[in-house]
Amino acid sequence: MEITRKVQAGTLQSSDLMIFLEPADALVIEIESTVKAQFEHLIRARIEAVLERHGVRAGRVRITDRGALDYAIEARMETALKRAKEA
Amino acid sequence: MNGFRLRRTLLYVPGNMPSMLQNIPIFQCDGVMIDLEDAVPLSEKDAARILVRSFLENYRERNKELLVRINPLDSPRGFDDLKEVLPALPDGIRLPKADTPEIVETLDTLLTEYEEELGLELGRFSILPSIESAEGIINCVKIARSSPRLIGLAFGAEDFTASLEIERTKTGEELFHARTRVVWAAKAVGIQAIDTIFADAGDMEGLRRETELIKKLGLTGKSLVNPRQIEVIHEVFAPKQEEIDYALQVIEAIGKAREMGTGVASLGGKMVDAPVVKRALRVLKTAQAHGMVDVELDEEVIYGKE
Repeated sequence: MEITRKVQAGTLQSSDLMIFLEPADALVIEIESTVKAQFEHLIRARIEAVLERHGVRAGRVRITDRGALDYAIEARMETALKRAKEA
Repeated sequence: MNGFRLRRTLLYVPGNMPSMLQNIPIFQCDGVMIDLEDAVPLSEKDAARILVRSFLENYRERNKELLVRINPLDSPRGFDDLKEVLPALPDGIRLPKADTPEIVETLDTLLTEYEEELGLELGRFSILPSIESAEGIINCVKIARSSPRLIGLAFGAEDFTASLEIERTKTGEELFHARTRVVWAAKAVGIQAIDTIFADAGDMEGLRRETELIKKLGLTGKSLVNPRQIEVIHEVFAPKQEEIDYALQVIEAIGKAREMGTGVASLGGKMVDAPVVKRALRVLKTAQAHGMVDVELDEEVIYGKE
């Protein structure tokens, strides 16, 4: 799928994360996290897996993480993608 | 003893809060109701149902009953909720605004369709309807008989008092008739009667008084909004040791009476017959569910063998 509009999903509560998604020519993922040092690579891997599953090759993804677990990262990313393709 | 499941405490957990959802495994309540309705703003309904589905898919070792409170079926949102969360296999659905038997029948049909589609045993998903309006109270006798999926009737006093245009008080005089009617409707078909929430999470004495009241009326559990309320409710519903001891004496007395060919006995000067035995059996079943006694009991003890 293609990201055609700017959307956001998630919250800034603890154990959650906020995702900003917008159109871009290439795929860029930027991660801000309270646990960045230990977990950035895992968050990135999880985000990439969801993007891959939905066939997303381009777009700017900005994440502000508050210690979200995998199920929440996946859910918020899916919500963002769903919102990005809704008219 | 089959089919007797404790539902003293059914805790609402907001569907769009990961910090609460992921605590579900450690809450000490008998069940949770993950809320997609009132706890979720309209703009986040889509996000909440995806989050709940994702959570349920990853919560494999379930240690309590899991219901999802969907949005009412008078808007497309309730239908979208079912579509998203049922494949993640909650135990059942808490149905808000269950004002008529027809609304429950609609949900029953939808659940059957999903069970067929998902290849599940028919009847797998249960229903707990919210009786939360004047209309719902009037219809609750029929609602209780509207589907074999019902595990109980859940009274909702916040919306009920709103529908009556009155204030809800902590003493609850205004709820007396409604609660009683819900109990009758539920007991007539052998399902549980679950009481409303107690909104003031800081007032444990008020909560205790309300729980003592509803236990007397015959309700078997409460919905709740805060995990801190669990302990008080469990304390109130736990049978007292004296009650258990007395119940055991009743069973013993009636057993002796039967040996002598009669169905009535005397215990401490009070008459013991079938209804007394029935109540004693209920105390012992509850005590057993609390792990307080270990006795072999069946309905035969009430009336004896043929």
